[in-house]
Amino acid sequence: MATTAVTPERANYLNAEYGVKSWLLTVDHKRIALLYLLSVTLFFFLGGFFALLIRLELLTPAGDLMQADTYNKVFTMHGIIMVFFFLIPVVPAVLGNFLMPIMIGAKDLAFPRINLLSWYLYVIGGLLILHCMLTGGVDTGWTFYPPFSTSFSNTKVVEAGLAVFVSGFSSILTGLNFIVTVHRMRAPGMTWDRLPLFVWANYATSIVMILGTPVVAITIVLVALERTLHLGIFDPKLGGDPLLFQHLFWFYSHPAVYIMILPSMGVISELITCFSRKRVFGYKFVALSSVAIAVLGFLVWAHHMFVAGMSLYAGLIFSFLSFFVAVPSAIKVFNWTATLYKGSISFTTPMLYAFGFLGLFTMGGLTGLFLAALGVDVHVTDTYFIVAHFHYIMVGGVLMGYLGGMHFWWPKISGRMYPEFWGKLSALIVFLGFNLTFFPQFILGYMGMPRRYWQYPPEFQILNVLSTAGASVLAVGYLLPMIYFVWSMRYGKPAPDNPWNAAGLEWMTSSPPPTYNFDETPVVTWEAYNYEELNKKEEVPVER
Amino acid sequence: MSDSEVAVHNPALRHHFAEVEQQRNASSLGMWLFLVTEVMFFGGMFCAYLVYRTAHFGDFAAASSTLDLKLGTINTAVLILSSLTVVMAVWAAQTGKQKALVMYLLLTIVLGLAFLGVKGVEYAEKFEKHHVPGPTFHFAGAIPGHPDHPADPRHAEMFFSLYFVMTGMHAVHMIIGIGLFAFLAFKASRGAYTPAYFTPIENAGLYWHFVDIIWIYLFPLLYLIDRHK
Ligand SMILES: [Cu+2]
Repeated sequence: MATTAVTPERANYLNAEYGVKSWLLTVDHKRIALLYLLSVTLFFFLGGFFALLIRLELLTPAGDLMQADTYNKVFTMHGIIMVFFFLIPVVPAVLGNFLMPIMIGAKDLAFPRINLLSWYLYVIGGLLILHCMLTGGVDTGWTFYPPFSTSFSNTKVVEAGLAVFVSGFSSILTGLNFIVTVHRMRAPGMTWDRLPLFVWANYATSIVMILGTPVVAITIVLVALERTLHLGIFDPKLGGDPLLFQHLFWFYSHPAVYIMILPSMGVISELITCFSRKRVFGYKFVALSSVAIAVLGFLVWAHHMFVAGMSLYAGLIFSFLSFFVAVPSAIKVFNWTATLYKGSISFTTPMLYAFGFLGLFTMGGLTGLFLAALGVDVHVTDTYFIVAHFHYIMVGGVLMGYLGGMHFWWPKISGRMYPEFWGKLSALIVFLGFNLTFFPQFILGYMGMPRRYWQYPPEFQILNVLSTAGASVLAVGYLLPMIYFVWSMRYGKPAPDNPWNAAGLEWMTSSPPPTYNFDETPVVTWEAYNYEELNKKEEVPVER
Repeated sequence: MSDSEVAVHNPALRHHFAEVEQQRNASSLGMWLFLVTEVMFFGGMFCAYLVYRTAHFGDFAAASSTLDLKLGTINTAVLILSSLTVVMAVWAAQTGKQKALVMYLLLTIVLGLAFLGVKGVEYAEKFEKHHVPGPTFHFAGAIPGHPDHPADPRHAEMFFSLYFVMTGMHAVHMIIGIGLFAFLAFKASRGAYTPAYFTPIENAGLYWHFVDIIWIYLFPLLYLIDRHK
């Protein structure tokens, strides 16, 4: 991982120590972030491989590439890996881990060893799911609904559940660590209303992590016990209620969407202010809307169950609340747009990703309102409309934010610049490929193509072919950054400390930062995003 | 923690904290947050229990009346007593009484083990009476207050499922706590804790109180349904 340079380098966290042991036993949050980067990327490509299998099967109407049972296992593995092993940890555990302490002027997270423990739990969970995958897989879908998961499925439900359980504790400990860090580790002068919005976003995410994850953990334990020891908790034969499982499951798994999207929203706030050279419009609204999303996000879970046999009265309430939770997200989008207004915008790679995020997230959010409406939801439940909707949020939103952030902070993380031309090209390819993949799925779903089937009537073929073609374009878009990031570690131009002339403490330390982040603990005397001041003493940026 | 002279030279201060007070505040906030996650963890089970108890009240009352009230009460007393010994341990650490600290920690362990022993006796009784959920489950009680109205054995099986999951999960937490106190007692006997640094004792104490509180809720919910009839 270390960069090789001819000239003697400044001491930094990468060249502080060498050898496998110095990585596996590190308590430096920056090194742990890189451990996460590596493992999360592996799982991303594994999950992507399953996505490709799905798209290949759906290239033709007949079920010709695999059996129906295999298809069930493939989409289950795609879901479990992408949700629990990629989307949930990706932004907080990689970018958050790296940046949170630096952004608030701390030497490390509050509990460095617990941070390392989080990574090991993640790895153990990951190995369990790999073992499960290689020894037969699981076919319940990532949602583990009983009574299928408890009484009927003949696949490795317990092992998959255990993997999710263990990785859940990784997420809980990360959240706990972040909250304590923000409360107790801020540098002098770093008041709550000077925190970068990325920190606010991760703080809100952490609240969801520690309140939601334990509930899904115990729910999965109950499923496992029912399956192995034949306890009766959700079993309708004993008078149990499978709907209770759905309530408990979605109590976590709806807020989990905010675990995924909130940190990316935080990234976008950083990108848009920097490349508009303006203080973010309505700092307090953007900051508190993160917290509002975290809180309101806990009150809408049953919109996943409108057709599951819930009472109409409950349906009405959850429908209303689901509309309501769109308000803080809309506040963010409006504020970002207002930040752009009259800004001096530069179209760098991170900014292109940020624009991609704005468009795709807005699409995903607005189609979410279709689904919050009871009548429309009944029509499109369990169709490709849903699939398209949540991929616009999770892939269009989360991944665009993540990649934008990776490009923005890569100079800080690696000490090297990535090639700007290839960066812009990747942003363009990802955006086009994404829309080509998932826009046809809105139409397919609206026309009535159900999800989770391995074959379909021939009239759906054209749109499915478009979607599969888009997926291959998307794959190229994701491979490109992989390649040039690795390339740049060796051949990229050395990065200056502040290549974007951006605000924020992370740009005031060297690139890459020293082990304890700052040579001297910084004292903050300015407001967040003071671009008006920075613009006055504008330096020549390295390469735009 | 008033003596800043002690704070500066405290060997327990970790590199990334500026001062001992900050470190102490951080770990205690961390512990409280951990307990919040524990509340949510048990919350899932309490939620399931309350839903089914409301839906099948009579059957749950019938199943509940077969639990041994005497043993349950004794265990409640044992646990409350152990909370007292934990408080005494924290006090001993605070005032630098090393011997007393070790003694109170060991006393807590003994009380914890006593609780688990009684729990084991109760579990054994369930096996004898075929009250363990599964293929061998058998239940033939009547709904309290309605002697000629037999309880639905399927719902009774659900009660016992929840009984075993909830008390079992509580017992797992007790075992972890006992392990924790054994470790702390060992460290304390070597003088690891001083009035300037005893956060681990405090945090373990918080954890133990939490485990106690869970039982304080479990006891009436599981043992005391409709006993007056
Ligand atoms: Cu939802």
